[in-house]
Amino acid sequence: MMHLLYSIFVDPFVQMGAAPDLLAQTLWEGLVSGILYSLIALGFVLIFKASGVFNFAQGIMVVFSALTLVGLNEHGVPAYLALAITLVVMLGLAFAVERVILRPLVNQPEIILFMATFGLTYFLIGVGELIFGGDPKVMISDQLRLPSGSYRIPMAGGYVQMQKIDIAATVIASLMVAALAILFNRTRIGRALRAVADSHRAALSVGISLEQIWVIVWFAAGVVALATGIMWGARSNVSFALQIIALKALPVLILGGFTSIPGAIIGGIIIGVGEKMGEFYWGPLFGSGIESWLAYVIALVFLLFRPQGLFGERIIERL
Amino acid sequence: MFYREVGQYKTSYAADEALFPILQDKIGIAVILLVAFVGVPLTASNFTLDSILIPILVFSLAATGLNLLTGYTGLLSLGSAGFMGVGAYACYKLATFFPGVNIVVLILCSGFFAAAVGSVFGLPSLRIKGFYLAVATLAAQFFLSWCFIRVAWLYNYNVSASIEVPTKTLFGLPVTGPTATPVTRYLIALSIVALLTLLAANLMRGRIGRAWMAVRDMDLAAELIGIRLYQTKLLAFAVSSFYCGVAGAMMVFLWLGNAESESFNINQSFLILFMVIIGGLGSLLGSFLGAALIWGLPIVLRAAPAYFGIRIQSATVEQSTFVILGVLIILFLIVEPHGLARLWQIGKQKLRVWPFPY
Amino acid sequence: MRLKKLVLGAALAGVVGVAVPASQAVAQDTLFVPLFTYRTGPFANSGIPIANGMHDYLNMLNARDGGIGGVKIVVQECETGYKNEKGVECYDSVKSKHPLVITPYSTGITLALIPKASVDQIPIFSMAYGLSASAVGADFPWIFNPPATYWDGMSIVLKYIAQKEGGFDKLKGKTLGYIYFDGGYGLEPIPLLDQLAKDYGFSVKKYPVPPAEMQNQSGLWLSVRRDRPDWMIMWGWGAMNPTAVQEAAKTGYRMDHFIGVWWSGSEDDARPAGAGAKGYLSLNFNAVGPNYPAIKDIEKDVIAKGNSQTPKGMVGENFYNRGVMNSAIIAEAIRHAQKLTGKKVVDGADVRRGFETLQISEQRWKELGLPGFASPIDVSCQDHNGHHAAYVQQWDGSKWVKVSDWITPMKDKVLPLAYAAAKDYVSKNQPWPKRNEACDDKTL
Repeated sequence: MMHLLYSIFVDPFVQMGAAPDLLAQTLWEGLVSGILYSLIALGFVLIFKASGVFNFAQGIMVVFSALTLVGLNEHGVPAYLALAITLVVMLGLAFAVERVILRPLVNQPEIILFMATFGLTYFLIGVGELIFGGDPKVMISDQLRLPSGSYRIPMAGGYVQMQKIDIAATVIASLMVAALAILFNRTRIGRALRAVADSHRAALSVGISLEQIWVIVWFAAGVVALATGIMWGARSNVSFALQIIALKALPVLILGGFTSIPGAIIGGIIIGVGEKMGEFYWGPLFGSGIESWLAYVIALVFLLFRPQGLFGERIIERL
Repeated sequence: MFYREVGQYKTSYAADEALFPILQDKIGIAVILLVAFVGVPLTASNFTLDSILIPILVFSLAATGLNLLTGYTGLLSLGSAGFMGVGAYACYKLATFFPGVNIVVLILCSGFFAAAVGSVFGLPSLRIKGFYLAVATLAAQFFLSWCFIRVAWLYNYNVSASIEVPTKTLFGLPVTGPTATPVTRYLIALSIVALLTLLAANLMRGRIGRAWMAVRDMDLAAELIGIRLYQTKLLAFAVSSFYCGVAGAMMVFLWLGNAESESFNINQSFLILFMVIIGGLGSLLGSFLGAALIWGLPIVLRAAPAYFGIRIQSATVEQSTFVILGVLIILFLIVEPHGLARLWQIGKQKLRVWPFPY
Repeated sequence: MRLKKLVLGAALAGVVGVAVPASQAVAQDTLFVPLFTYRTGPFANSGIPIANGMHDYLNMLNARDGGIGGVKIVVQECETGYKNEKGVECYDSVKSKHPLVITPYSTGITLALIPKASVDQIPIFSMAYGLSASAVGADFPWIFNPPATYWDGMSIVLKYIAQKEGGFDKLKGKTLGYIYFDGGYGLEPIPLLDQLAKDYGFSVKKYPVPPAEMQNQSGLWLSVRRDRPDWMIMWGWGAMNPTAVQEAAKTGYRMDHFIGVWWSGSEDDARPAGAGAKGYLSLNFNAVGPNYPAIKDIEKDVIAKGNSQTPKGMVGENFYNRGVMNSAIIAEAIRHAQKLTGKKVVDGADVRRGFETLQISEQRWKELGLPGFASPIDVSCQDHNGHHAAYVQQWDGSKWVKVSDWITPMKDKVLPLAYAAAKDYVSKNQPWPKRNEACDDKTL
């Protein structure tokens, strides 16, 4: 018993002190995957905020956009042109979603819209595989001039290794968040978006076009998905297995709140760092592989204290 | 004209509150049961039984379980497959501990283990609701999946981490394992499902069901009229998990004959949720219709090209099935967001006034 | 309203129409070989080349020789998506059409089908996957898994490591890392690995990869960096493989000390890591490359005529050739069955006998147009596997290069384990059918 307690409460910290380079490395890996989780979560938040739709298709949008990019390139389209075309495709998707799914289903209960995004997921899986095939593709990192290789920083007798692509991912994610924050807080569109998020009807009555707003947020979510797809694709490859990763955004969402952009970012980082630290220092105690549920448990424990999430809006209920 | 309840007078409260107050319903149910218990076993092919009807029964039960929680109590759960897994592994362990006990009893008992686990994971439901709760139940899903691999005791230290169903007999007839005929397994599954559905229908008519629906419609108001929220919600989790657990045990023992952790993965949970939503939230009939549609449609779509003599690659068929299924789900939600059960109600209304439009 | 009715109609038709004709008629005088494949889903990267190889070889036999022994082969793919329920559904859908053999191509599906095989009298051929214990013919008369089991594979890996380290005595005190798919497939080799660790005095660190985390392994590879294992052994599949190779390269793990089983050795597994993958090792039991007469025939008779989904450049890849080998063995078993029974149109029970007398010598591989393609295969009534040799190949940055001789497995370690496991399986699944099938004379 004492031994167990020791290995839970003391030993991991001894390890951290003994090998600060590994601790730093773990923190860095956690930070990077956290950022990538928060990118996916960001897609969810954008759409949830503006249309109240819990968009399950965000995961497949990540795969679909990355596949489009790589698939076009395979057919001889230059990388940057392919990137532009992919953006157009995502815009088209946003229009189609608004026209075919959102407009007819307006005012339906949340769960129906949630279900509709499942339909969208199936549709995109099928179309993606029909067009590009189910085989995995290598991300065109070189053509996109994404950096490769890594920096090795010596530290306390060891080293911390930072992949350039990870650094790039962090930078790009930060830029996107900044851009979105500006979009939301400083522009006309942003004000309209927030108005829609508060109340559809009130927004409509002051002349805000719901359709337009929806297309914008779905397109923004598509762009975020593309960025996620490129980053995650460069880390392994672009295949349909990637959509499973999107589920990792869910604990981030409950941690950060469904409606908060900073929440998605901070939540992502907490989850990313938490699960990497947990797997690395405590995982071996439980036979490893605890990463698959640790994030949810962290989020769940958190929820018990703050049911509305880290930055979520407090829900006031009235009879 | 065909479905007129005019003239069927109720003379007592008991008659008014009967499960099937209308004569036509009684006849209808009797016919359906007759067809299911007698007609189908006599006529259906082994493939129809094994790959269509038994899975539909299993999923109907699981969907009923989730419907009790999501449709009737308003608590969204994405952990159904995990609870199915608990039932399956519990049944497997029970079968090893009590090899002599009737397997049907064991399948039903395994539901109680799922109920216990379900109530533990239902604990957060008082503080959180909506999608937050749904994501919280994912914790159950992933944690249980992990347990099914990491806790070797659960699968009797099998080297492949899978559970294999031993052959069990009932009245000398094999009911599980490879030698059991599809008809036997179908009849057992059908009996269990019919029994539990009847139970659920009665539960819904009584105090418990009404309390659940009150919580669903407005939990604050329900609390004010004296319903204890916590107990009610936990009970919903327990009963729902019981149904899912029995469904899981049935899935392994009466259908697949073998399972591993991956058989109870997150996609299964989503599938069951689809069935509930497409079938109709808060309708037992809907659970059955949803299961039949979501499970049956891909099979029909897959068989269609061969049926019409079109030669397409199997992968293309699979991909097209995804596309068509996706489109159908969206179309269906647009046309009838209240699910298949609502269609039946509309149908009843039409039958009532036919041949007149009103 | 029109639309509404239409959709309702479609939905109802879907529900009512479940009485699907389960069996298309398969003509009586053909050989029906269903292939369970997966070209969709998270495991498609591993599944597609294998499916193409299996499919193309059988079709080549049809085009070149008019089938086997003059009887046409009916090839039908069934998409499983690597899901067990789908696999069982595929099995049920082909069962009534009297398939000659089932190739599940998934360890999980194989496990689900093993008990059914003897009841339905359909042999199952799980080529170097599935249940290792099913190699014991006395207990599993209907299951065949040549050329080698997972346990053979693990012992071959260790033999190779010992070779590189300079002998088994040098393994003492070393640490071996084992990264595996967290499911039946990856768990199975563990008993042998643990036992060998005890026997040779090395220690084992285990790194399970949950199915949902296949592409998210950075935390795990950090542990590898901390534990500094001398060698890494991988039992991976699908999207897990390329991710692991990339993470290994990122962590700076010595790639020539990272060795995967034969299912972790596709070109697609190594390619995404670019130059970083150079040096990565994997086991293999079939040759790589398109320069074999039989494969040239495939290109000429099937692919050039547009009867295949195989894209350019896939022919000759490792997993494509694996699929070819799979079909070649099936064809040989059918030929043996024809020879044994004297019938041209054989059934599942005959093909079972064909498998049990299966012998593909070096000479025979040559006659098949696949000289030196694989080690000779010898299946017997008692031994449904043969426990044959495999070799180690290395990724040179663009292709696989053979870097070792054929290494035979440690039969003395594997066989006792196989017999014990088979006994355990039978005892846990009582009443398990006793073997009634007679053994055939192999010299025929």
